[in-house]
Amino acid sequence: MEPGIYHILFISTALFFIGAFGFFTRRNLITMLMSIELILNSVNLNFIAFNKYLWPGKMDGLFFSIFIIAIAAAEAAVAIAIIINLYRSHQSIDVSTAEDLKY
Amino acid sequence: MPNVLNILLIPLLPLINFLLLGIFGKTYLKKSAAIIGTLLMFVAAFLAIQTAYEYFFVYGKLGDVYQQLIPYKIAWLVFSPGMQIDMGIMIDPISVMMLVVVTFISLMVHVYSLGYMKGDARMPIYYSFLGLFTFSMLGLVLATNIFQMYIFWELVGVSSFLLIGYYYDKPSAVAACKKAFIVTRFADFGFLIGILIFAYCAGSFDIPTLIKALTSPDSNELKTVLGYSFIGVSAISWGAILIFIGGAGKSAMFPLHIWLPDAMEGPTPVSALIHAATMVVAGVYLVARLFPVFAIAAPDVLEIVGWVGVVSAVIAAIIACTQTDIKRVLAYSTMSQIGFMMFALGVAKYGGEEGLGFTASMFHLFTHAIFKALLFLGAGAVIHYVHSNEMKDMGGLRKNMPITHLCFLIACLAIAGIPPFAGFFSKEEILLAAYQHNTVIYYIALFTSGLTAFYMFRLYFSIFWNRPYVNHASNHHSADHHSEGGWVMMLPLVLLAIGSAVAGFIPFGNFVSSDNQLLALPFHLEFSIAPVLIGIAGITIALIMYKTSNELPAKWSNQLNGIYQLAYHKFYIDELYLWLTKKIIFNIIGNTSAWIDQHIVNGMINATGAITQNIAEAIKKLQSGKVQQYGIYFFTSVIIIVVVFIYVWN
Repeated sequence: MEPGIYHILFISTALFFIGAFGFFTRRNLITMLMSIELILNSVNLNFIAFNKYLWPGKMDGLFFSIFIIAIAAAEAAVAIAIIINLYRSHQSIDVSTAEDLKY
Repeated sequence: MPNVLNILLIPLLPLINFLLLGIFGKTYLKKSAAIIGTLLMFVAAFLAIQTAYEYFFVYGKLGDVYQQLIPYKIAWLVFSPGMQIDMGIMIDPISVMMLVVVTFISLMVHVYSLGYMKGDARMPIYYSFLGLFTFSMLGLVLATNIFQMYIFWELVGVSSFLLIGYYYDKPSAVAACKKAFIVTRFADFGFLIGILIFAYCAGSFDIPTLIKALTSPDSNELKTVLGYSFIGVSAISWGAILIFIGGAGKSAMFPLHIWLPDAMEGPTPVSALIHAATMVVAGVYLVARLFPVFAIAAPDVLEIVGWVGVVSAVIAAIIACTQTDIKRVLAYSTMSQIGFMMFALGVAKYGGEEGLGFTASMFHLFTHAIFKALLFLGAGAVIHYVHSNEMKDMGGLRKNMPITHLCFLIACLAIAGIPPFAGFFSKEEILLAAYQHNTVIYYIALFTSGLTAFYMFRLYFSIFWNRPYVNHASNHHSADHHSEGGWVMMLPLVLLAIGSAVAGFIPFGNFVSSDNQLLALPFHLEFSIAPVLIGIAGITIALIMYKTSNELPAKWSNQLNGIYQLAYHKFYIDELYLWLTKKIIFNIIGNTSAWIDQHIVNGMINATGAITQNIAEAIKKLQSGKVQQYGIYFFTSVIIIVVVFIYVWN
């Protein structure tokens, strides 16, 4: 069976919720960062799929996903810098220990 | 034409004095402050006399009528076209007359203070305050605009506050200056409302425009205004009454006179300035300035002015007979004489022979300024010599202070109305005006002038005769203290004594009258007999009672015990005010307002705070510091927004 748009959307939705679940439940910052990457990639999949099936002659979706990949790379750089700093000040990258900025 | 620069300099020189000594006096001009102040005042007085000469004899007259000139005017605040507050100078007979009086008396006080205040550590401040006082009074006199007048009026109040409270380490002086300020401020409130009513009625703050609008019978403003009324009294009468309340407060008319005797706490030369030239005559001047409005548009108010004046005159004279502090006697005599001026205005009408009271009032203001300044400066010399205000510490001083004695005698004769001294002429005119228009007022005034002679000579005999002078203080003070005070203190006395002797011969009707036309002052020899006789009678009684130390005063005061006690305690008016303020105002109004403030106003503020705090307590847990919780909030919010946009928005 030729895979259609529905299959791809199903995968991307699954990927999105797996990412969201990881983001909300993991306490390790690295894992949370990885979950965010999953969410971004599910979005990328959506762009590619809609571009291919709905407007096959156009390239907009492709460009969008390339941009998102670039932004994800930049974001990872920033996030890792934050994580390193957090580690230096708290000797841990567990978010449950970093609760200083509260009421 | 008037020399604008000269006239402008008259009020500005005292202002310069105030600023110069006020700013640099303490540091750089400590030694020379008094001299600088006196010199500036001398120039101002010279310019004032020159201005008066030029106005009355060179350019002031057009035909037979003195012109009201406004040589200088700038718009200061413009509300709308026609409704603006100007600052300017107005030259007409009464303002020119006042210029001379104020600057001359002020100069005398400046010179006198050189001796009287010698050795005082705060001399520069004292002279700068004198400058401010003179400046404010001159500004008030020259005002072209009723609002400008009000501004200077308040400045007079402030500077009197500063000078009465000059000895600020004396609690009684502090209380006195507060009392003076609060009582006059209370009256000024009436003045302000009166100004607003007048300005609303006439559509202008400008004095000539205002007078014209409210007095000429064909003006539209007057016709409209006469339509308004409140409790059966026309708006214009209300305005006039309120303005008169302001004037009565400053002029210490009954029942707003209570501040005047206490104002004696200031240095004696200041009392001379307050009583003779500035401050207390401001109220008379105010009524005189707006006299056409009072006389033509509000004759009912003028009637009130007359009665308030004569009641103040007689009450003050009775109280003066019983006081033992010599400055207080003089204070009540001032109140009594100001009462004379007020009722003289009250019995006058506008224009011609009927306006005799107006001329008489201004004449009395002029002569009274001279002899009252003399009396105060003389009393100052006595106090300087004896170091006490009380009559019982004095007596027999005529040998110790011959010059003061002679000058004081002249002043007493002048105020008692004995010819040919100044007070005789002006008081005659006042009595004549009263006789022509209101015989009841005339008889009360006649009685009062007898009392005047009595209490003045009681004062004179108690100070200079009675018993021989016992020097209580000789071992405490150095010998140089026990002279009359040097030429700087004697010169003003002598000059003022000459003034008191001859000022009555000025043909005052040629210069000042209600409609600015010449008015030949009538003089009836047979009419003068009664006042002079009653004056002499007063003097004789004083002579019998006080010339030598005897039992008569004590005996008579015992016989008249009730009245004597009543008068000695100033008719308990002070106590009445205290009762009113402490019991009525503080207890009823004050406590109620305090309760409202504490419970309602404060409660509202506190409630606002408490509500905010409780809400904050309740929602602060949202700020948990947990990153993932924030993530959930964000995610949920996005979902909610999406749902709203998709399903609810359209």
